[in-house]
Parts: sequence; C-alpha cells; structure tokens
Amino acid sequence: MEHSIIDPVRTLGNGRFGAYGGRYVPETLMAALQELERAYAAVREDQAFQGELAALLKDYVGRPTPLYFAKRLSESLGGAKIYLKREDLLHTGAHKINNALGQALLAKRMGKQRIIAETGAGQHGVATATVCALFGMECVIYMGEEDMRRQELNVYRMRLLGAEVRGVGSGSATLKDAINEAMRDWVTNVRTTFYILGSALGAHPYPTMVRDFHRVISREAKQQILEHEGKLPNAVIACVGGGSNAIGAFYEFIPEANVRLIGVEAGGRGTALGEHAARFSGGLPGVLQGTYSYVLQNDAGQVATTHSVSAGLDYASVGPEHAMLHDQGRATYTSATDAEALDAVKVLSRTEGILPALESAHAVAEATKQAPKLAKSDVILVNVSGRGDKDMGILAREMELKGAGA
Amino acid sequence: MPIQFPKKPGLVIYLTAGDPDLATTKQIAIAAIDAGADVLELGVPFSDPLADGPVIQRAMERAVGRGVRLTDVLTVCREIRNERPQAGLILFSYLNPVLRMGLEPFCAAAKSAGADGVLLTDMIVEEAADYMAAMKNHGLAPVFLAAPTSPDERLKAIAEHTGGFLYAISRTGITGVSSTLSDDASKLVQRIRQFTDKPIALGFGVSNAEHVRTVGEYADAAVIGSAIVAIIEKSAPQEAPAAVAEFVRGLRK
Repeated sequence: MEHSIIDPVRTLGNGRFGAYGGRYVPETLMAALQELERAYAAVREDQAFQGELAALLKDYVGRPTPLYFAKRLSESLGGAKIYLKREDLLHTGAHKINNALGQALLAKRMGKQRIIAETGAGQHGVATATVCALFGMECVIYMGEEDMRRQELNVYRMRLLGAEVRGVGSGSATLKDAINEAMRDWVTNVRTTFYILGSALGAHPYPTMVRDFHRVISREAKQQILEHEGKLPNAVIACVGGGSNAIGAFYEFIPEANVRLIGVEAGGRGTALGEHAARFSGGLPGVLQGTYSYVLQNDAGQVATTHSVSAGLDYASVGPEHAMLHDQGRATYTSATDAEALDAVKVLSRTEGILPALESAHAVAEATKQAPKLAKSDVILVNVSGRGDKDMGILAREMELKGAGA
Repeated sequence: MPIQFPKKPGLVIYLTAGDPDLATTKQIAIAAIDAGADVLELGVPFSDPLADGPVIQRAMERAVGRGVRLTDVLTVCREIRNERPQAGLILFSYLNPVLRMGLEPFCAAAKSAGADGVLLTDMIVEEAADYMAAMKNHGLAPVFLAAPTSPDERLKAIAEHTGGFLYAISRTGITGVSSTLSDDASKLVQRIRQFTDKPIALGFGVSNAEHVRTVGEYADAAVIGSAIVAIIEKSAPQEAPAAVAEFVRGLRK
C-alpha cells in the first residue's frame, strides 16, 4: 500500500496479491509476524538452509514425486491424456509435509522450541507432528471436534507422534474454528511459540511462505511433463481448500499463458450458504483470520458455516493469491459436489489402483469432466495432493463397503 | 463529545451489544454510565472473535445466534447517545462486519449514531490508511491498540495515529479476567508515554477495584470487559443493569 506507515520488508513485497492479502491481526502478533518475515526473507536466499531443506525433502519426505500417466483412466474417458502428480506418495501421505518441514526448519533456526498448528483433515497436523518429532520440538495441534470425529485415524497418528491434539468445539468445530483457537494460543504464547500455518492463508508472510514451500510441486511437474510429452499441459487441475496444494501446483505454470489453471472448490451438498465451501461462487471479499480474500458470509458480515465431505476443503475463505488469480482470470475456479468427489474416489481406485484423499478427489472429478471435451493429444495434469487412507471410515459409510460389495 | 477522563482513573466499560438482548444492552449501558463509566465500548457481535477469551466469545456467540448485526448496534448507540449526551461512546468491532457495510457508509452511520470513535481489533496502523481517511472525514476517533510485544517504532506510529485514547494491552493474550495484572502493563504504559500525551487506557485482565487502583497509578483509564460480560451472563436480564451498576460503582472504591 502506498500509504504504508512503516516500511515493509521489501524483499518479500508487502504481502499483497493485487487487492488481496495484507495483514489484519491483533497488534500483539505484529512483532512476531515482522520477526517471521525478516527470518523468512533471510533463509529464502540462504544456501545452507535451502540445502538442508532439499536434502530432507529428498531423503526423508521422498521427493521428487512421480508424474504418472493414468492410462486406463484416460482411455475410459476417451479424451485427453491425464497425468497425476503423485503428492499422495509423500511421507505422511499428502503435500502438507513440504511446508511443515520448511517452517519447522525455520522455527529451529529462530530458536523456537514450541510449535502450534491447526488442522482440518489432519494431514497438516500429522505433517507438523512428524517434523516436530524429527526435530524434538513440543507440538500442540488444534483441530475441530467435528474433524476429529471424521478424521479419527489422523488424531491417533498425531498422538502417536507425540503431539497434543486439542479439540475445538466452537462454531462448526471445523478448520476455521481450529485456526481461531491456534491464533488465540499464538497471541498468548507469542514470545516462545512458532505457528506453523498449514495453508496459503493468514497474515503476511504466510501466504507467500507457504506457497514458496509448495512451489516444488509445479517445478518438478513442469520438467516431468516436458520429459513425458515434450510439451506443457493444456490444463493443471487442483483442489482448493485454503489453496496450498493448488498454488504449489499452479505457480510455475502461471507465466505459461496457454496452460489453463483450474481450481476445484467443495460444492458440498447444495448451493445454499452453509451447504458448500465454494468461495468464488458464493463468497464476497472480506477479512477472515488475518487476510483479505473471498469469504463466505452473510449480508451482515458474519462468516458462514460451510460443508464438505472432505474436511480439508471445508473452509469459509481462500488464500489471497487465488483471489487475485481469480479476478485476473488467470485461473478459473469450479466446484465438485460431495457425490462427485466420492464417485471420483471410486473411479480412480478402480481404474488405476490409486486411492486419492477426498480433497484430491475433487480435482479428479473435474478431470473426468474436462478430459472427454479435449482431444486425445491433449494433456491434463492433476495434482493428487494426498492419499485416501485417512478417509476409510467415511468411505466405508458413504459407499456401504461394509456389505457384500459396492 | 471529545473523549475525556475527568476522574482518575477513568473507566472504560465494554459490553457485547445484543447480549442478552438489545433493549437490555441499552439499559446496562445507561446504568454503567450513571455509575461512573466515562466511556462505553459497544462490542459488535462477530462469528469469529479470535482476539477474545471464552467469556466474550460466548457473549458474541449468543448475540450472533440472535441475529444481532452492526446496524442494530448502531441503533442502540444512537439510543444511548440520545439519553446520555455526555458519555464517550466507542464502537468496538472486528473488521469484516465493517467492510461488509463499507468503510465510508459505516463511518457516516457511526457518526450519525452519535459514536465518538471506533476500535477495530484486527486493524493495524499499516493497513489503516483508507480507514483513517474515512474516520477523519466524519470526525471520528480511530482508537488503536498497543501491545507489550510492540517495539518502540510501532508504539510511536500507534501513538501518532490513535484518536480519543490509546488502548494499551496489559499482557500477551486474549481478553479475559485474571487474578493479577501482568508486569508488562506498567512497562508498556511507560514506553508509550515517551511518544504521546494522549490518554492511555489499559485493558485485558483488568477485573476488579484493586486492579483499577493499580492501573490508576500509571495510566489514565482502565478498560473492564470480560468481568462485566460475565456478570451479565450470570444475571437475569432484568437484574443485569443494577448488577453492572453496582460493580462499576465498586471499581473506584
């Protein structure tokens, strides 16, 4: 902003993505955000830090992830070739570890021994608990009680890894409420605590930092698709909750004007406010949890409750960089319903033997809509952000797998 | 009315508007003013009050559940202003309800409702240029907060831009009652004093007469919020104004 009263740290910009982003937080957090901004700006250019991160991503996390040609899925749809970026194969089962590891390394460098995080589906919580175990740090995870119920396995994993999981019962007891409670913890313990935010959300510098740690997804994918196909894809598709896997999958393709970028939000079970988490079709710009972006809200500015079968997409706002890409028309945002996502889980499982997370299944659902409209020489790249083992309880109920057959 | 603290220490009393209902909020506000409150902060209920502790969270949840909205709070503000022209009136809100109305329409409505100023919990000075311009257009005071974690350069900017008074936060944390005042509190007020002669009100955890007396030794006013909201929560609606008045009278003893 030109009216800035205190100069921002220039190397990271001012935290604005067009009109979106910024920093709307209680004053108590400002010193910590500025400290984080300076520390992150320093490690961004630091060879030793980047080298340590790259080595751990390779040997501990399992990067690079494969780019896999889904031949049977593509043939069954009779259109474009579908490639899957296999973030589901990463240690802990989702892309979230890219960022959790990066931020934990930064926390270590800043001398912060106590880590807090929020989690929706539990994948960011598991990733954070994992890196805290790796570095011997104290770890507290905030999780909505509704999400603890539906992603129970991840709660056990976090506890096994030594994290304390604190249930949050306020609001709709999902991701938004977990972030509120994590921010209350941070504002109270700000002098000793590092908040590992798990999506490309929140106050500056989080959206930039989280995107940077996931940028590796599109950096690898771009090179891999050129190796496979000798050309860039026609489209890149990713699901969008807060938007971390999507911004990571899109980022290196943004300058490539011929590559369509498609984000898939949670269409839930209907179009009425409260029945979905499709911010770009049902939301308006506003401020939630530190950042200016699209927010599902009523006409009095109260933030709406949301619904999605996938806990990781069940959130009322979206990362500010996506808001900018949306307004620019550089990316398009569509949605898949609960039923379409459940169907996509089954389709990918039975054509390719790959069980995607319910979140990622939203992207797969969109691919099944796009592919038949394209030529057989066209290429679609889908980011499979995580695997679906965590969803087996929900899938068993929804698909009636407990009986003789589905 | 400019905000004034003629008696030392001054008293700033916070209420979540619409808890238990709007008519009772008005009665409590008038009772608190008559019992000695110099400034009343009218809290706008919000779905996601991330700077607030459990007491105010519950009050906001109840008020949001009843459908209380910013326009209702402005109506109550106008009613209180009509009955008590001398009191300081501050609207206390998270940013989103204000943005939803629009900064300029909000400031016009707040002025017309008789508010003296506005405090936005999630608005920091760096992001406040448009907000301050709209506030200035309508002659409203933008109250900014300072925290124990704010370095001197931030305190200087906050002191320069705040209007009415400067709200000093006594401790790192969220709103809520505490048994003792943090050591951070007096140090923060001393640091702010280097930069301004504007009144300084200290809040967060200030919850009884002993705290108020202590705050009076170094600050101009004490802000009491959760302790009041807790009394309202415990009281039957018709008894809440008298209960709050008795508590407020006791704060300066």
